[in-house]
Amino acid sequence: MIYNIPYLAVAALILLGLYALIFKRNLIKMVIGITLIESGVNLFLITLGYRKESIAPIYTSSPGGIMSFPVPQALTLTSIVIGVAVIALMLSLVMHIYRHYGTLDARETRRLKE
Amino acid sequence: MNVPDYIIPLIVAIPLLGAFLTPLVSRINDKLRNIFVIIVLALNAVLVFLLASDILTTGIKTYVFGAKDLSYPIVRILFEVDAMSIFMAIISSILVLVAVVYSWSFMEKNTGLDKYYTLILLLTAGMLGMVLTGDMFNFFVFLEITSIASCALIAFWIHRGESVEAGFKYIVISAMGALFVLFAVALLYGQYNALNIALLSSVIQYTFLDKIALVLLIVALAMKAGIVPMHMWLPDSYGSAPSSISIILVSATLASLYGVFRVIFTLYGNVLSNIANFGIPVNVFIGWLIVALAMVSILIGVIMALIQTDFKRLIAYGAVAELGYMFLGIGAGITALGTAYGKTALDGGIFHIINDALDVGLLFLVAGAIYYATKETSLDKLGGLARNMKYTTVFFVIGLLAVAGMPPLNGFASKLLIYESTFQLNPILAIVAILSSILLLAVFVKVFYSAFMGPQLPKFKDVKEVPKSMLFSMGVIACIIVIFGLFPEVIINNIVEPAANALIGYSEYISQVVAGGI
Repeated sequence: MIYNIPYLAVAALILLGLYALIFKRNLIKMVIGITLIESGVNLFLITLGYRKESIAPIYTSSPGGIMSFPVPQALTLTSIVIGVAVIALMLSLVMHIYRHYGTLDARETRRLKE
Repeated sequence: MNVPDYIIPLIVAIPLLGAFLTPLVSRINDKLRNIFVIIVLALNAVLVFLLASDILTTGIKTYVFGAKDLSYPIVRILFEVDAMSIFMAIISSILVLVAVVYSWSFMEKNTGLDKYYTLILLLTAGMLGMVLTGDMFNFFVFLEITSIASCALIAFWIHRGESVEAGFKYIVISAMGALFVLFAVALLYGQYNALNIALLSSVIQYTFLDKIALVLLIVALAMKAGIVPMHMWLPDSYGSAPSSISIILVSATLASLYGVFRVIFTLYGNVLSNIANFGIPVNVFIGWLIVALAMVSILIGVIMALIQTDFKRLIAYGAVAELGYMFLGIGAGITALGTAYGKTALDGGIFHIINDALDVGLLFLVAGAIYYATKETSLDKLGGLARNMKYTTVFFVIGLLAVAGMPPLNGFASKLLIYESTFQLNPILAIVAILSSILLLAVFVKVFYSAFMGPQLPKFKDVKEVPKSMLFSMGVIACIIVIFGLFPEVIINNIVEPAANALIGYSEYISQVVAGGI
């Protein structure tokens, strides 16, 4: 059971993120939703690489024993870097939207109609 | 013709390097920068064609980054290029090259063009990476590069609120889609301890988690491809971006479409033909699902196009309908996997990918030309432009007939293949498809009438024909359209048929990597 807690956290983070993305009207909150989903996915990747009682995968002067798997950590690092770029871009767009529309309410920033 | 293997990473590396050099070159001279970007992309297109000629004669090529032998823990990325990948790469490189030539005059009066060209080159690197890679995580990285670059380009006219709004919509959709893809990759990785598409495909079991991964991948990539009901971002971004960007976005969308095909045909290729769920084979289930989505796309696209008054939004809804035709062909191909007409449907669907890219691209360029000449995109305010813009009118007529699938242009060639094969699957599909195609013709004839025909409007009296670089790029696409329409067999036999075979022959894709011992 204790080993399932990370997976429960992943599910909770992703669902919370989706909730924020779908139901929140404030654009900044939508961006927060995306970051929540992203953290959930990153946590999931990291958890996949963990083995019971393993140590960090550093080969030089390692004390021996099981190492946790390094590939998911590399993937997570890449994903975090990409995430930073995406969030920065999103927030700068939100800033410009506020300049043009004077509001952050998603219901009112709708000049593009059907 | 034989080319060395290192040409594969060069195709991604050259635009990437060019992207970082562009701001430097741009400090010297604006004209020099334009020439530099065109040379970089032309060189890249030449490499793509060389690689294509090799792959179409000798078969799949691979390139390994990292560990060559398997004794160590494997840290490596694999590029695997088959006929389908190179088919998409050809489309992307042609469209980007045309768009850059077009931008020379079209974007002339804008500032910040060094960033514009840098982003275009980054977008090119992303798109080509997406279609050439053979690794799921690498695919995700290139997907993100593509989305970030295209979002920035959609919002390039940042002084217009609409552009920023469309850009925000696009980045939210892309970020969410990309995270779904990453989650699916993690699910597959957790089970099979592999990221390589070929390796995954050889061991995939179709467990419950695999089903979730399949759903996530198809939903996320189809959302980025803009299929109904996930299409709402597409008219906004195509309509608000500069026209030269709209045409590149068409090919970025098609790269996501390629992702859908790669996932269904290659990653789940083993599952598709061999496993049945509740007595229904998986391919029939997925095939009919895609056909249903495709029919909805065609209908919604055409109906929404009818009521548009903005030129570019109208074309964008036309593009949604065209996407529907591609999915219809591919879906019918999946449903009838292994039969002769299923093969025809697949050929038609794949041939339609390149035709749609050219036709819709040409229409976007014409819309851009009209905007350039009149500063107007609303169809209600345009009129009588044929008097002053003769060449643009001719190009628009070619584009509209091609999109509507009129013989002898290329749209007809691929749509005919789709009609005749879907008719054998279910006659109703073919009938609805043909009727929608006729409606599409009606929509564009209406546009033609309201923008180009009628009396000369006083405010457009001094409108001049657009500059040569724009006419040149429209002319190039129009020529390709006519040539494809006149000699469809040549195209089908030489590039479409191998691409369709590459999609079906997933075992070859696997054996290249797994049994080959690379």
